[in-house]
This record gives sequence, structure tokens and C-alpha cells, in this order.
Amino acid sequence: MTKARARYLGYALLLAAGVLAPLVIYPVFLMNALCFALFACAFNLLLGYTGLLSFGHAAFFGTAAYVTGYTAKVMGLSTGLAILAGTAAAVLLGIVFGGLSIRRQGIYFAMITLALAQLIFFFYLQAPFTGGEDGLQGIPRGKLFWVINLENDRILYYVVFAIFLFGFLLIHRTIHSPFGQVMKAIRENEPRAVSLGYDVNKYKLMAFVLSAGLAGLAGATNAIVFTFVTLTDVDWHTSGDVVLMTLLGGMGSIFGPVVGAFSIVTLESKLSDKVGSLVTVIIGAIFCVCVLLFRRGIVGEIQGLYRRVVGNRV
Amino acid sequence: MTEIFGVPIQALFGQLVLGLVNGCFYAMLSLGLAIIFGMLNIINFAHGAFYMIGAVFTWFVLDTWNISWWWSLLLAPLAVGIFGIVVERLLLKRLYKVDPLYGLLLTFGLALVIEGLFLHKHGSSGLPYGIPEVFQGALNLGFMFLPKYRAIVVGATLAVCFATWFVIERTQLGAYLRAGTENPPLVQAFGINVPVMITLTYAIGVGLAGLAGVLAAPTLQVSPLMGSNLIIVVFAVVVIGGMGSILGSIVTGLGLGLIEGLTKVFYSQASNTVVFMIMVLVLLVRPAGLFGREK
Repeated sequence: MTKARARYLGYALLLAAGVLAPLVIYPVFLMNALCFALFACAFNLLLGYTGLLSFGHAAFFGTAAYVTGYTAKVMGLSTGLAILAGTAAAVLLGIVFGGLSIRRQGIYFAMITLALAQLIFFFYLQAPFTGGEDGLQGIPRGKLFWVINLENDRILYYVVFAIFLFGFLLIHRTIHSPFGQVMKAIRENEPRAVSLGYDVNKYKLMAFVLSAGLAGLAGATNAIVFTFVTLTDVDWHTSGDVVLMTLLGGMGSIFGPVVGAFSIVTLESKLSDKVGSLVTVIIGAIFCVCVLLFRRGIVGEIQGLYRRVVGNRV
Repeated sequence: MTEIFGVPIQALFGQLVLGLVNGCFYAMLSLGLAIIFGMLNIINFAHGAFYMIGAVFTWFVLDTWNISWWWSLLLAPLAVGIFGIVVERLLLKRLYKVDPLYGLLLTFGLALVIEGLFLHKHGSSGLPYGIPEVFQGALNLGFMFLPKYRAIVVGATLAVCFATWFVIERTQLGAYLRAGTENPPLVQAFGINVPVMITLTYAIGVGLAGLAGVLAAPTLQVSPLMGSNLIIVVFAVVVIGGMGSILGSIVTGLGLGLIEGLTKVFYSQASNTVVFMIMVLVLLVRPAGLFGREK
């Protein structure tokens, strides 16, 4: 079996697993995990492929969630349009945030995105339309294209799965495009990319906006799944969670964030009723272990192991 | 009563002093961050957690062993500093050869662990801590009443900041430190033990955060969450001031505290976002920060 064929077989198996999963596993849990997987993939586009560590991605996730919730519930937009409106809001916010934060590099970039996200957090805390501490409750799931009834968890699952696939394939396409190559060049050596004549800031901004938009798509979808949005969605803990998912799964690999997101979402749902408030401690400890012991993440380590084994045989 | 823009002058000055007190904590924390960043090239996300440990420590020793605030003033920075040494030796040391972003991520994880453990132990509600007896009451300045303790916080912060500036800019040890910031291998070649210097720098930096915690205990709410709420504002302060100069971080910290106090008087809805908005403005006009140098 050739390598390419093995890869296609692998993809087909994963796709089949995605289609069959809701028959075995609780669909709402799966949908939540898929939304966070898309969120983490979008984040990875920035950290793993462009080398920019954003500590404020919850702002895009949460903004899209609030806009989707508000347009669907109060303005009565149909579900599809509401998700689009949420995503568009995240893109606009991404242009503003990106334009500001790419003015500084490295550690400053991380601090600026964190501070901007906190600004957004306080805005939503006080703004009348978000419901403040109570959150935005009772968002209708509605019907997609006026026909498909999303109240049914199974049906909604396939819609969410399709949205995830769309986002995932878009990211896959992006990183294998010439644009993606320039992103990686910036990650590896920014001055060199500049000297080759690339307008580095333009590329960084484009990557940032794309990442923000997809993070928004994930947040918008998550709002429809849970039918409520709370301040947790824009909190800096959520920004930290998505960093951890990417780090744990393996940054700079396309499947890494998916693996990371499923691991963390599973962990949080299994642990929260057992250890309660100690979840944060465990999340923090995983962070430290990842940074100290395996910076390549789960997928990166497996790939490394595989290469070593195959390399030895040859 | 005299008024300025329709605000009673008493209230105005009261808020300004309160702002200045907050500014003191910004200044002390951003000073510690800047010192650590200069030597270790790491942004210490756990800085807020160390500040919180300082405050909770102060509360805890009074509550259990009846150890007074005065002793805490000495013991808390020491305890936090020793904890810092352990952290640097055991964890941070392993990251000096990789991208500095990993330092940020590690200390972020550490902050989550520390905050989570304290939350588990003490809960999220505030722990009561009284003002030391000597400083209770207020001074009558004629135009306003100045609570004694607030005056003490401002005075102590200015003294500590001046001492830090003096040590770094005017002593032999400070000269080593500055040289170590510029070019560690060369300093090491001259026979100075750079790794020990790095460890001590980290200990002193977090010790300052611990001291800020002791000062904060009687006047702000002591709670396990007090650190993470503060650290993000301090990050914005650092972005505004730039980490190039020590005096810069002190002036920026105090100034932003004052501005925050003013905002509370005139437009209170914006009081917890004004620092971030100033950060946006500074990024637009002077991306390197007010006192920073573009590398």
C-alpha cells in the first residue's frame, strides 16, 4: 500500500467515525467538542503556522456567540443567517485586533491580545444586550434553510459536523497554499521573509483575520448548540483553554488541535463533577507538563515516534 | 462645598488617592515584571499569583498564629521569594534555550495551578483583613481627609521603587545585572555567576509582587482571584510604558492609576476599561510604548 493511499484510507476512516459517532456518544458532547476543535484549529493557524501567540482568542469566539444569539433571539434572524452574522462580527473584530496587535512582536503580541480581549470582556459585562452575569438565554435553534429542524440533536450534529469539516478543509487548503508557505516562512524567520520582499504585516493580518473568523464560526455554532451564551465564552480562561488544546495536541500539525480539543473537553466534562474546583489546577498542571516535557504535543510525539520506527526499518 | 466640573472636591481627591494606591500596585508589579523580563527574557504570567500569595499569606499568618502585619511585611516577600527560587530552579531553568513564549505558557499554567489551589482552600469570597492599628483613621489636610493607611501605601511604594532603581542604576550589583541583561555570556566570562544572578533576579522580582500583596491586604479585598484580575491590567501597563526603563514602569504605573481614579469620578462605566483604551491609543501613536525602544 502506498503512502498516499494509506493516508486516504485514514481520512476515510476518520470521516466514517465522524458520521457514526452520534449513534454511540451523546451528540451534544460531540458538538461541543467539534466546536472547540474548530476553535483550536483556527487558533493553530496563527500559533502553529504563523508563530503568533494570541492570548485573546476568546474575544472572537464570544463575540460571534453573542451576535449569533442576539440576532437569532431578538432580531429573529434564521439560524444560518445568525451564524453568518456572528462570524462576520468576529471577522470585523479580527481586523481591528489584528491591525493593533501586529504592531508589536513576540511576547508583547501575546500581552496586547490578552488586554484587548479583556476590554471586550468588560464591554460585554456592562452592555445591555448580553444579559451581563446572567448571559443570553433561550436562543432558538430554529431551522436551517427554513426546512431542516435543528431542535433534534442528531440532525444538528450533522450540521455542526459539516461546519467543522468546512472550517477544517479551509484551514488545510490555506496552509498548503502559497499563502500558507509565506506564513510558515514568517514563523521560521521573519526578517528573512521581509528581505525576500514579502509584506509581512499584510500576511500576518490576513492570517489573523482568517483565524478570528473561523474562531467566530466555532463560537457562533456553539451558541446554537447550547442555546445560551455566557461571559465564560469571552473569559480569558477560554483563551487559555484554546492555547492548551493546541499545545497538548501538537501545534503546527493539522490534526493536533482536534486531538487536543477532544482530550480537554472530555477531561473537563469527566472531571468537573468529581473534583469540582480542582479542574483549574489539573488544567494548569497539564500546561506545565506539556511545556516542560513534550512541546511537540500528542500528535507531534506520535509522528516523531512513527518516523523513528520507520526510519530504523529502512 | 467647592466643586470641580460638578464633582465635590472631597470626592475627587478621594478617588484620586484611591487611584494612586492602585497605581502603586501597578507600578510595583510592572517593575518586577520588567526586571524579570530583562534578565530571563520571560514574561512572568504567575506574577499576579505571587502577589495574591503575598496577600493571602499576610491574612493567614494573622488568622492562625496572630503574626502582625509588620512581620508579614518582612516574611511574606521572603516566603514568596523562596518559592520563586524553587520555581526558577525546578521549572523555568529548563526553558532558557527555547522560544520565550514557552516561558509565558509555563507561568500561565503555574498561575492556574496556584490560583486553583487557593480557590479550593479558601473559596472565592474575600478574606477580611483589618488596617494595622497605628494607621487607622485619617489626616485632615484642610481640603480633604486622607486615610492614613493609603498615605502609607503610596509612601512605601515610592520608597521601594526608589530603592530598586538605586540598586540597579547606582550599585555594583546593579551594574552586573545590567551587563547580564545585555550580554550574559560575556558577563559569565568575567567570572560572575550568571545562573545565580538569574535566580536571584527572579526571586527579587516575585518578592516585590509578594510585598505588593502585603501592602494590598488591608486596603483591597484579599481573595484568591485578586491576582489574575490585576495581572492583565498590569500587562496593559507594561505595553503602554514599554519595559525599557525602570523609571518608565514606575511613572506609567502611578499615572495610569491616577487616570483610572479620575475616570471613576467622571465616567465610572469606563473605569475598568480605560487602561486598555489608553493602550490602544499608545499602540496607534507610539507602538514601542512611551518609554520603550523599538528593537
